[in-house]
Parts: sequence; structure tokens; C-alpha cells
Amino acid sequence: MSNPVTNILLVGVGGQGILLASEILSEAFMLAGFDVKKSEIHGMSQRGGSVVSHVRFGNKVFSPVVPEGHGDILFGFELLETYRYLPLMKKGATVIANDFRIPPPSVLLGQTTYPENLSEKIKTAYPDFLLVDGQGMARKAGDTRAANTVMLGAVSRRLQIADGVWQKAIEKMVPNKALEINLNAFSMGRSL
Amino acid sequence: MYKKRLYLLFIAPKRDNYDMKEILSGNEAIARGAFEAGCLVASAYPGTPSTEILENVTNYKEINSSWAPNEKVALEVAIGASFGGARALVCMKHVGVNVAADPLFTASYTGVRGGLVLVAADDPEMHSSQNEQDSRNYAAFSKVPMLEPADSAECKEFTRLAFDLSEKFDTPVMLRSCTRISHGKSIVELGERKTDLPAPKLVKDAPKLVMLPGNARVRHPLVEERSIKLSEFGDTSNINRMELHSDEIGIICAGVTYQYVCEALPDASVLKLGMVWPLPANLIREFSDKVKQLFVVEELDPFLELQVKALGISCHGKDFIPLCGELSPGRIRDAFAKAGIAESVEESSLQNIELVPPRPPNMCPGCPHRGVFYELNRANAFVTGDIGCYTLGFMPPLNAMDTCVCMGASISMGSGIVRALPEEEQKRVVAVIGDSTFLHTGINSLMEMAWNKAPATVIILDNRITAMTGRQENPASGYTLSGEEASEVNIPELCRVLGIRNVRTIDPYNLEETRQAIIEEMNRPEPSVIITNRPCCLIKGADRFRKSTVLEVDQGKCTGCKACLRIGCPAIEWKPNQNGDRGKAFIDPLLCTGCTICQQLCKFNAIGGRK
Repeated sequence: MSNPVTNILLVGVGGQGILLASEILSEAFMLAGFDVKKSEIHGMSQRGGSVVSHVRFGNKVFSPVVPEGHGDILFGFELLETYRYLPLMKKGATVIANDFRIPPPSVLLGQTTYPENLSEKIKTAYPDFLLVDGQGMARKAGDTRAANTVMLGAVSRRLQIADGVWQKAIEKMVPNKALEINLNAFSMGRSL
Repeated sequence: MYKKRLYLLFIAPKRDNYDMKEILSGNEAIARGAFEAGCLVASAYPGTPSTEILENVTNYKEINSSWAPNEKVALEVAIGASFGGARALVCMKHVGVNVAADPLFTASYTGVRGGLVLVAADDPEMHSSQNEQDSRNYAAFSKVPMLEPADSAECKEFTRLAFDLSEKFDTPVMLRSCTRISHGKSIVELGERKTDLPAPKLVKDAPKLVMLPGNARVRHPLVEERSIKLSEFGDTSNINRMELHSDEIGIICAGVTYQYVCEALPDASVLKLGMVWPLPANLIREFSDKVKQLFVVEELDPFLELQVKALGISCHGKDFIPLCGELSPGRIRDAFAKAGIAESVEESSLQNIELVPPRPPNMCPGCPHRGVFYELNRANAFVTGDIGCYTLGFMPPLNAMDTCVCMGASISMGSGIVRALPEEEQKRVVAVIGDSTFLHTGINSLMEMAWNKAPATVIILDNRITAMTGRQENPASGYTLSGEEASEVNIPELCRVLGIRNVRTIDPYNLEETRQAIIEEMNRPEPSVIITNRPCCLIKGADRFRKSTVLEVDQGKCTGCKACLRIGCPAIEWKPNQNGDRGKAFIDPLLCTGCTICQQLCKFNAIGGRK
């Protein structure tokens, strides 16, 4: 497993827009001249379940799935889900998470509580951890729905890809009427 | 003139500047391959992970594409188009091939006129399925060739090739995908559509197309000869290829497993099979002679392994490679390490994280199924279930589904189970099925139940869409795949003409009405059908509640009795220990659709419209 491939995992809850974010990432890697593969599960997971999308890029990518324990960057849309997928990451991986909580069914039903101090626990295991107020920054950019794009901007700092490539990828994947807000949101995240 | 239904299903990239290189999913690439191959007709029934193939085919206006009520019908539509001389595509998930098996086995004898390609999408690990059957067995069983792509680029190329092989060898061709191929994305170079194909026309050819015994006896030997010729083709075609590295270990593999093997064992020599049936016997012998130890690595059944062994070649495979579930680079590496063939690799840093609450899928807020399952649970019904969103009715706290086997089985199993029971127990049996599943294979079951007077109750949850797979039209939804207005099956009338005398339609958002109907029909000692009449809350026309009243909990009136939690609505959250009391319920205004089910359950009038 020596082929230099960068492994990114995007995790969160069905309906949070993880697919679109992983589409933009993949598009940017292709535009930058890399081989790209991505994999996720549709179907059952759309119904508010836990979702994980794998994106891999490099000179040559074989498996569409990130080998367990080899994740380089964990891109979390929700705190509990970010924590859940930590075992997929390698030692010293980068973790960037949205400071956002969606209670799972057992918490809604009062059978258990939402785990506390998750961000501290993540920080202890993965010191390269960035917690982003995605919703708050997106509100400043003009629409809380652009939270994912703020996050994408934050992730983009860790990837050696030029501004212009990101802009092209976003322009291709985001509808025109939401483009300006999303480009704003992206640059806010990118300047974190 | 036709009206278009607005679709929000696709995250389709804008294509204003036409680029010949795109990132496509396997499903998108198969659709593209069919387009480039000059395919004229496509049919399918939705099923994860195959659904998006046809949804993407419909973007190519040159192809007549449509949903069929089930996979057998879809295949027969495609066979018909092929017999008319057109290239035709049919797509289904692995269990759909069971439904389509009847025409498949005889289409193998007739062969084709226009190329005929059947895509079967397997689901190892059962991400969205009830079993993980291995479709490759169908290729061997029905004696049709099967291609297995390993990424999106191959999905497109193999689909094109499949049409060519279909015509060259006069056979339907199966293309096997799996979840990681269909829903994986990789880079594909786009090509042009083939335009030099003969125009479809009627040709009478009874000896080939009429499979009476006298004709079929002539066709069968041709099928056997065809398999030999296809095997010889596989020996020399570049669809199967050797990648020679070290001569210590040689691995035979195909599809996505090839990618895993390349990653897990980069030094091994590989025989990558693009055609997994029939196998290239000479090429396998040649490869086997070049390596010291031969392995077959494949997901699910030892399909390739048994054939390699039948050639008299010794090899290893399922003696140490897992038989169940998906493979991955890690699982393959682990298996080889445990068998002492490869060194194990240091993996991961944090393996033991504390257990956190799971997040299983759930019915959406405002789902019209929720109240029905709540009342079925209360009525102590034994619910024979079916395949769809409503299968989630088995989850706590609803706990109201007791069986789920296959499409359409709810009604026939309900009909069967009452025969085995004493009268008192018979009353408890309620079959629950969705509109799309009822039209798929439930109609025959209801016909049987009416005919044989089985005193079970059937609930048809008519949400006017095929919801679970992402909201596809069906014969009762009033629209076709491309969004044109169409005829609508009248489900209550259909039930009556099948012989059910007691058919009633209810509003599932009215709990009292739902409860009454369930109790009355359960107690009726003859077959009866209850039909619910609210559309899926994710489709257009279903948002009338959201506009009227989003609900909230009056914290002064809430006693913390938790009655509203019993429906498991994602919009209702329990917040414990507010100011020392026992806790109260809250409603998330962004999620609430105002369906009022929780309001009807609150005895303290604590739930009302948001001010």
C-alpha cells in the first residue's frame, strides 16, 4: 500500500449535503490533473442515517474505498459522526469538523444523551483538529445552507490545489443563483 | 402536450462547456455506454444500487427509456425491442434478476436481433438489500456471457462491448456491477454515439423466436457451441489480461476486487478477468503456469474458484478469503497475512473509541406511514411486511413489522399464515405493502387471497411514488420516467376487480380514523384492503401541512409523559431534567411538517400551532 494516494473521508447525517461536497472535491482533483475515485452508499442512508463518502486522489488510484486506518483527512459535517469514524483514520490525520450536533434517535427518545466533550476527545487523539462554526460563518456569507461550503474552504487549505481550480469546480457544481454566496462561504472557510 | 413533473433528484453537473473527460459514477457510465453503443430502448424497475442507470439514460433523448412495473416486464420490453432489431438495455438490482429469470433463461436460447444487455447490480454487504446473492451464478445457469467492469471507465467500455458481443455471438449479455462500482465515481473519457446500426424492422423468424419444443431442441446445441466460442474469444480478447509482476503469487480476480488486490498486494501477478462467464480456459492455464502459487480472490461465492478447480488447476481462495460481505484492500491484506502469505501491515492509530449512540435510518418527519405503524403496534397486529421505506416500521419505537422476505410477499405470506392459525390468531395478521411494491408483484398475491378467501387484512400504503429508491414514478403515480403525464392505476378499483369486497380508503394523518379502520378490518372474517391516501412528504404536492402549521410544545402544559415520543418522529426531541422536573418534549421547527400525529397523541393539549 505504498502508492501515494491522499484519502479523504466525508462523514455526517443523510440529508446534510455530503454528496455535493464530495462531488466538488472530486471535480477539483480532476481539474488539477489527478486520478480520482470516490465511493458512497445511497439508499437506506438517505433516511437520516449515518453517511460516509470516500474520496481518494493521487497519480493512480485503485480502490474506490479508503483502506481502514489509512484516512488522511476527516471532514466531519456533524460532531458525533466525526467521532464515530475516527478509527478509519491514520495516526496524525487531520480532522476538520463542523461544530454542529444532530441528535440520533436514541437521544431524541430520551434513552441516552448526546455524548459530551466530543471535540476535546477528538483533539486528544488527533491534535491536528479544527472545529469550525460552519453555520455561523455561512450566515455571515449570506445563507446558513452554505455551511458545507465554509467547511470545504477550511479543508481546501490542507490540499495543494490552486484557488482558480476550486472556483472552477464550485462554478461547475453549484447552481448559478447560489454561486456568489457559496464562493463567499468558500473563501471564508479557506481563510481560517 | 404534456406536463413535466419537477425533478430535484439529480445533482447533475452543469454541462455548458462540453468536456470529453468527466467524473462519472458507474451507473452514469453504463448509461453513457448505452448511449454511445446506439442503444434505442431501455427499461428497468428501480432498485439500489442500479436505479440511477435508467435515470441517467433518460437524459439521452435518442433512447426510449421507461420504468416497468417489475423486472420481468422490463426484461421482456427489452427482449421485444431486440427482436424488433433495436439495441436494448435492461437494468435491475441482483434480486430483480430472480423476478426476471423466467424470460432470461429462454432469451438465452432465442438469442437476439438487436444487441440485448442486462445489467445486474449486486449488493455485497447488503447496504440496501435483503440478501447478498451473487449474480454471476445466473450467467452460468442461463448460459449467457457476463462482463464485470472494475471502474467507471470500464463500465462505459464494457457496456459498449456488451452490445457488440450480443450481436456477434447472438446472445443476451449480462453486465455485473456492484454497489462500489455503481455508486463509485472515477474519470471517464466520453466518446461519440454509434450511428451506423441497421434500422429496426419486423422480421419473421419462427425457428429462432418461437421456443416450442421442436425449435428449442435445435437452439440448445447452438447455445452450448456459443459458450465454447465465447471462451475462446476470452482467451485472446484484451477484456481479460495478465499483469505480470512477481512469479511468487498469482491472483485471478475481477471487478472492484481487482482494485482491492492491486492495492493490497502490489507485487503480485494478476489475471484480471473482464468476462467472468464463460471463463478463458487457456488463458487461465497459461497464467497458472507462470506463477508458483495461484489464488482466486473474489467477493461472495467461490464462482471463479470452482471453475478454475474444475479445469484441474489447484488454487486457493475461499479457504481463507471471507465468503460473506464486501472485501476491501484491508480485508484482503489481513486474509493473506493470517494465512502467512503476506506480511501484515501496521494499521490505524485509534481502534478503541468509546461506544456512541448508533444512527440508523428512520422514516422522515411527516412520513404518512408513521401513524399507521403506531396503530398497528397498538392493535397488537402480526404484520407481514414488504420492501420499501415502510420496512423501517420494524424499528423501535414503532416495532410494527414481523416479516420481510421479498417484493410482493407481504400479501401472499399473510394469506398463507392465516391458513395455519386458529380463528382468534387469524385476526391479528395484517399485510403491509407500498403502492409501487403492490404493482410490482403484489397484485397476483391479492388475487390469490381474494380467490381463496384468506381472512387477512391488507394495508396498501399508497404514497404515490417509489420512495425508498429515491422517488421514482410508478404506474399509479400519474407520470412516466421522463415526467410526462400518464395513465394512473386506480388502486381501490383494482382491488375490487380482483375480488376484494371490503376496500376502504383512509387518511393516515387521522389517527382515530386509522385506528377504527384497522380494528374493524382485523375483526372482519374475510379478506379486506385498507388504502392510505397521503403522498410521500418528499414529493411535490405533499407540503400543504408545512405551510399551514408547524407545531410546538407548550412547555407550561407538557407533563413529560412521553406519549409523543412513541411515534419516533425525528422532529421531536426529549430534553431531560429541565429545572429539576422530569423533562419535556421539544419540536424542531425546521424539521416539523405539521402532520399533527404527535398533537393527536397529546392528552394535555400541550402541542399546537407555532405562534
